[in-house]
Amino acid sequence: MASSIRVRAIAGGETTEVQTLIQHPMDSGFVKDAKGEFIPAHFIQELSFEYDGRKVFVADWGTAVSKDPYVKFSFKGGNKGDDLKVSWIDNKGETDTTIVKIQ
Amino acid sequence: MVLVLTPLRLALAALGALALSVPPAGAADTPDPAADAKAFRNYFVRKFPNVKLEEFVNGPYALNQDMHRQWEEKEQFPPYEFSLEMGKEMFAMPFGNGKGYADCFPNQGIGIRQNYPYFDNKEGKVVTLELALNRCREANGEPALSYVEDEMAALTAYMAFTSRGKPFDIRIPDDPRALEAYQNGKRYFYARRGQLNFSCATCHVQNPGERMRAEVLAPALGILNAMPIYRSEWGGMGTISRRFTTCNSQIRGVPLDPQDEEYRDLEYYLSYVSNGLPISGPGARP
Repeated sequence: MASSIRVRAIAGGETTEVQTLIQHPMDSGFVKDAKGEFIPAHFIQELSFEYDGRKVFVADWGTAVSKDPYVKFSFKGGNKGDDLKVSWIDNKGETDTTIVKIQ
Repeated sequence: MVLVLTPLRLALAALGALALSVPPAGAADTPDPAADAKAFRNYFVRKFPNVKLEEFVNGPYALNQDMHRQWEEKEQFPPYEFSLEMGKEMFAMPFGNGKGYADCFPNQGIGIRQNYPYFDNKEGKVVTLELALNRCREANGEPALSYVEDEMAALTAYMAFTSRGKPFDIRIPDDPRALEAYQNGKRYFYARRGQLNFSCATCHVQNPGERMRAEVLAPALGILNAMPIYRSEWGGMGTISRRFTTCNSQIRGVPLDPQDEEYRDLEYYLSYVSNGLPISGPGARP
């Protein structure tokens, strides 16, 4: 399957702007399905961005974050062609990682 | 005496009416789709003099500057990307018998969205893209997909994407049944229904740009050019079928079955009056 993570990181001067879209149901545990049964909570707990061996952005998430979440931020540093590692882990222990080149 | 006999006149003549007594073409009660489309378009152009014609395909984003800025940002990273990718994979995946979607469509299904729906002379009915996709599956021994769920949305998203920028080119062949289907779709569009007693036109002709609770209503002109759409409200993708059925429920009416003949006629009418406007699907809406 294709990666659940889409990333675009663009270096511009002193900072790098990162946009990410992640495919994840982000079920809160409070929603019922068509049969009236609760859909168990299933959400990303930690999302992290790693550049040059250090974490530049870490998000501790809960059930309040929407389905297929989108994140945008900038960090100091980052050069064109460098690697940026993005990974998440959810409450069921599922995880996904991708490495992209900064543009 | 020189008489140009259109099929309608021929039919009337066959019924025993005198050719001379047929009212002249262009009389008020004679359906004239080309004039309809022109009037329809002019109405929106006059109502929104600052909006460029081809911008109407962007729905509420064309009418509200603040939303337009948000949308430009969103289009950098559109929420329909996952669906588009899924559609591309599905489209390329062969059926059990080795054939594929590409074998069912002209030009292997690429860049043809603007020609749907079309009127099938043999069948005497309107054929939409969603219907054609399911017929393709069934002809190749695959089960039909739900018209309102993600797979169908993904397939149509991919087919729309390959047709982006191509102007809608819906034709009404010289066949009284085609004209009847068009007229039927138009009737459906303007007929009030449901507990709220709304027609499609109440929201999308009379009140586009106005708010309905938190939503900004989209103009009917170009509304199908952006289909299928990712709606944040739905948290997912929706086909034209999904849009029609949910519209009907929202006005507290009883929706028809997806791809019911009346919905197909409606799609035919609504696409025809947007002729010339570019395909912009898949779209994203709040």
